[in-house]
Amino acid sequence: MECVLELRGVSKHYPSHHAVNGVSLNLARGEFFSLLGPSGCGKTTTLRLVAGFEEPTHGEIRLNGSSIQHLKPYQRNVSTVFQNYALFPHLTVRDNVEFGLRRRAGNHIGDRVRDVIDLVQLAGKESRRPAQLSGGERQRVALARSLVLEPDVLLLDEPLSALDPNLRKQVRAELKAIQRRVGITFLFVTHDQEEALSLSDRLGVMNKGHLEQIGTPEEIYLQPSTRFVASFLGAVNWIGDVGVRPEAMRIAREPSRNGHRSRPATIVHSTFLGNCVHVDTRLSDGEPAVVEISRLGEAFAPGEAVHLWWEPADELRFE
Amino acid sequence: MNRLRAWFLAPTWTVVITLFLAPLAIILGYSFLTRGVYGGITSPWTLESYQRLVDPIYLAILWRSFWVAGASTALCLLLGFPLALFISRAGRHKNFYLGLVMLPFWTSFLVRTYAWMFLLRDTGLLNTLLQKLGVIHSPLPLLYNDGAVILGLVYGYLPFTVLPLYATLERLDRTLLEAAADLGAKPWAALARVTIPLSAPGIRAGAILVFIPCLGAYLTPDLLGGGKSVMIGNLIQNQFTTARDWPFGSAVSLVLMAIVMVLLFAIARGEGESLL
Repeated sequence: MECVLELRGVSKHYPSHHAVNGVSLNLARGEFFSLLGPSGCGKTTTLRLVAGFEEPTHGEIRLNGSSIQHLKPYQRNVSTVFQNYALFPHLTVRDNVEFGLRRRAGNHIGDRVRDVIDLVQLAGKESRRPAQLSGGERQRVALARSLVLEPDVLLLDEPLSALDPNLRKQVRAELKAIQRRVGITFLFVTHDQEEALSLSDRLGVMNKGHLEQIGTPEEIYLQPSTRFVASFLGAVNWIGDVGVRPEAMRIAREPSRNGHRSRPATIVHSTFLGNCVHVDTRLSDGEPAVVEISRLGEAFAPGEAVHLWWEPADELRFE
Repeated sequence: MNRLRAWFLAPTWTVVITLFLAPLAIILGYSFLTRGVYGGITSPWTLESYQRLVDPIYLAILWRSFWVAGASTALCLLLGFPLALFISRAGRHKNFYLGLVMLPFWTSFLVRTYAWMFLLRDTGLLNTLLQKLGVIHSPLPLLYNDGAVILGLVYGYLPFTVLPLYATLERLDRTLLEAAADLGAKPWAALARVTIPLSAPGIRAGAILVFIPCLGAYLTPDLLGGGKSVMIGNLIQNQFTTARDWPFGSAVSLVLMAIVMVLLFAIARGEGESLL
């Protein structure tokens, strides 16, 4: 696995707080890596450290094996897709895309620009200004403007958050398809767990400036290493020291057979969500637990005494 | 509602009509009349005042006014842009620096212009100092030339370029500069390709605010030009005072106004197109 970007114990301290604290990670060439975390967890600062807009207080950032943390943004072969896209309002789509190419002269500029504009499906809109484009189109101009430079790593700062929810899923699929086709390494920052799980080859979960866990979407979701990671990626019912995801729980009217964990509970309320039903229950010790069941199975009435059961293998355990 | 609006606007209209439109109509009338023997105006109606304007003497004054005003505007922008850029990035000290820019307004323009005369004249501070230091042996002709007039105009009108430039630079989205750097543009390239094009509205406003008053300036060329560097403003003033040729003075005023309006109209047209 060829390592393109490496962060070694990178920290960014401000007088008032520590935005990033000892973050280390490796990105393989061609990988789609996401940094996931709540707002203020330091994920955007980490991205800005890689881009060169901020200088780390400690640690080293290596691109293709050489240190870059002291280089200016214009000296690093990485490129950023900004959250608000930061398109140049006075330039057309074509001029925006060509902005970074001006200096790297060559006869192939025209071809490359045309190719990348085709790739992001903006052909025919080259002479428009950003103000004349829809949100999705602006996002694609921002993407094209960076892709055309063939950066070693493309940095994306919540690029889908400015789009309306209906468009977001569609653009997400396009983004993944484009990444596969161009084979450029993506470092993607988001607070949306669904986005991170669906797009990434691997992801890192950040909390309060620390990287809590790195792994594939399955590893992170199924074997979270901390309570924070478990709760940040989807819902968790806490039963003592053990976590169980709502979809891993079942409801039965009789105590469960051997080999299963089982707890008596009372049905509080059922919420029909279309593809499934969320059942709010209360355990005998008064703690709430949510169970996600199929709408095709049995229905339960509020007040009914039931037993919740689950497989021991589905338990999330933490030291 | 409409009646209420009419009442609220009434004071404004009264001022505009009595103090602006009526005098303008009078000037327009004067410009087509004949000069009286001891000043004032008399019949018959004539176009003579306008015909006299094409005299090379007056065209030269017009030309000089344009280039002095143009040079002053260019210098104001050249000096004002870096200053405005600096202030827009000065963080919490912004208001202090803006205060410094506006500080000269606390003193009369006339007094400040006289101060320049004391600095620049043959026996003034600069020449005395340079002679005492032995740098020069006879005084430099610092006063009573176009350079002195331009210096005075730039000095007087610099705040009028700094303020609109500051207003646009302050609003400039900083992420655009980060994007430029991110796409490989060095600071100077980012300045030329992003900051300057995007501050066009401020540059335009600053240029208008300086060029127009400079074109009609009369105090500065009168004091610092000493009658040797005559501009349209001095010509107009002269016609109403010593020359006692009110019709010609009126005609020159109106032509100056017409030129300014044509310029403003052209700039407004250009602005509209660039926004498309």
